[in-house]
Amino acid sequence: MQVIRDDGSLDSKLDPGLSVDEVIALYKAMVRTRIVDDRLERIQRQGRIAFHVGSLGEEAAIVGAAAALRDRDWIVPCYREVGALLWRGYPLQRYVDHMYGNADDPVHGRQMPDHTFSRPHRYLAVSAPIGTQIPHAVGLAMAAKKRDLDECVGVFFGDGATSSNDFHAAMNFAGVFQPPVLFLCRNNGYAISLPVERQTATRTIAEKAAAYRVPAARVDGNDALAVFGAVREGVQRAANGGGPTFIELLTYRVGGHSTSDDPRIYRSEEEVDAWRDADPILRLRKHIEHRDVWNDDLDSDWRTVCDLEVKACVRRAEQKPAPELGEMFTDVYAEQPWHLREQQARSLGGPRAAAEEDES
Amino acid sequence: MTEMNLVQAINSALRGALREDENVLLMGEDIGTLGGVFRVTQGLREEFGPDRVLDTPLSETGILGTAIGMALHGLRPVSEIQFADFIYPGFDQLVSEAAKYRYRTAGEFHVPMVVRTPYGGGIRGGQYHSQSPEALFIHTPGLKVVCPSNPYDAKGLLLEAIEDDDPVIFFEPKRVYRAVKMDVPDTTYRVPLGEGKVVRAGEQVTCLAWGAMLYEAFSAAEEVAKEGVDVEVIDLRTLWPLDIETITSSVKKTGRLVIVHEAPRTCGFGGELVALITERAFLHLEAPPVRVTGWDTPFPLTHEREYLPLVHRIAPVLLETARY
Repeated sequence: MQVIRDDGSLDSKLDPGLSVDEVIALYKAMVRTRIVDDRLERIQRQGRIAFHVGSLGEEAAIVGAAAALRDRDWIVPCYREVGALLWRGYPLQRYVDHMYGNADDPVHGRQMPDHTFSRPHRYLAVSAPIGTQIPHAVGLAMAAKKRDLDECVGVFFGDGATSSNDFHAAMNFAGVFQPPVLFLCRNNGYAISLPVERQTATRTIAEKAAAYRVPAARVDGNDALAVFGAVREGVQRAANGGGPTFIELLTYRVGGHSTSDDPRIYRSEEEVDAWRDADPILRLRKHIEHRDVWNDDLDSDWRTVCDLEVKACVRRAEQKPAPELGEMFTDVYAEQPWHLREQQARSLGGPRAAAEEDES
Repeated sequence: MTEMNLVQAINSALRGALREDENVLLMGEDIGTLGGVFRVTQGLREEFGPDRVLDTPLSETGILGTAIGMALHGLRPVSEIQFADFIYPGFDQLVSEAAKYRYRTAGEFHVPMVVRTPYGGGIRGGQYHSQSPEALFIHTPGLKVVCPSNPYDAKGLLLEAIEDDDPVIFFEPKRVYRAVKMDVPDTTYRVPLGEGKVVRAGEQVTCLAWGAMLYEAFSAAEEVAKEGVDVEVIDLRTLWPLDIETITSSVKKTGRLVIVHEAPRTCGFGGELVALITERAFLHLEAPPVRVTGWDTPFPLTHEREYLPLVHRIAPVLLETARY
């Protein structure tokens, strides 16, 4: 399914009917996500942060889906969806502080970069094992249904996750219990190095949903308005008691899996270049220019705003100290048991490790 | 007060929790219409309906993964894993997710869930209906591990576990399910987590046990008493966080320690208990601490009574330790 035509006009039958302000907000959020991504990638290359997992080329699939969910709906992230969290108003400074694991990192330096969460933004916690979040989303939606709340849950995962034990368990539970959950599969072509053709023998990923009797759609994940429309339809189905929806968002991971990856080993530049031409941001820009509500000046002004914002966040993050060592020992349980009190005291009162750069 | 066996006491706890808190729900394989393969949940679906006593598809990953999602949204799911031997498909959900959610969100999210599962041998269940995997969960920061030995403790501990804000793995000694009866209050009383109990006071040897093996340790203590050896038997009840005070002060008094568990010996919880006590009470020890455990084999069928650390293996160790 595509909504935005090559000339920037919309397929009137599929147009989700967003106002000019709404489309511009969506576009600006996608650009901001990319600029933040780009800056983090650069500072990782400079060795200033340990790691980053970006969303280059997948901004429509991520931000477009987040925009179609209502504020009261939950987002259950995989790990590439910080654009969805920022869309919900999560402070950029807090995210950058997390990337640095500094004293203002909400998780006190306990997690690798890009492991975000926020209860106020109804955004569950990123976890690195693949697919484990999918049953959480189903359980969350079962709880919402049981508690009679008008909420649904959108869970992101990649094509690779559809091979996981957890994916099939979650799909099956969703089919049986019919909770208000949207399975948002970013089929970006690769699970690290493995192309989707080797991940599964099925022609599409969406067809797997039929085995669980979950209605499915397959949309152009680089078309923000197609993503928006499909997700909004799923939200409506869920809100009307129609149960789960599976949406395959066809996109492409233009960047590496993470900053630790070298995609040149497993795919050609030509392949990547073809997808650069299908860029979701260029695509949406073409549409707002077609509507005559956007131009080069507005675009470069917005990019400057975003760039200055993220640079300022980085500057502040770098000035902040490390989290307190004692915070390593809290939040394991609601109340700290005796053995952790003992270990904390021993650690705090004991010798300190040499800084990494001092090690030979 | 009603005389109850372990199955009835756990059923009574679940019924009480379901009545008191609308956020409590039960889920698992065959727990609804059938009442569970051990009938622990018998009658609960009839009383509370299929939305609070869920018969789930056959997937431990699905049961535990969706339970986590429910717990993240304010419910207090109590999942049943039909046999502890079948918990491994859901192990990742417990170890990577339930155990770490509080830590990895600095307390912004937490997972108040209970996983009930029958464990242990002696019921002619062979290697896939007899295992005691408690050490795997004790080894996982963020989980609490409980293992009652009798109906009174089981009811009080389970009610406390359901109210606890951390994930609790609740091991039920299936060998004891219908073997022991005692008077159990009809109220929803609590037995606090993290408190062991001296079930037989003694001066010469401290013997630690839990679950089904508590009875073996107790019987062995009675047996050696005839030969003049006075054993203190402690039922740990909560395996983690451990009641370190009670066991340390007992060993400081007796100077001798024997630990009984049916799980395999190597890296079993007994090893950790020996280390903890040795660190704390080394100068009080009069004999080497000893473990009487299952052997380091998969759980057997025909010779299960030689695999299990029953009285015949415990009593001689108590004597040797006392006379060391």
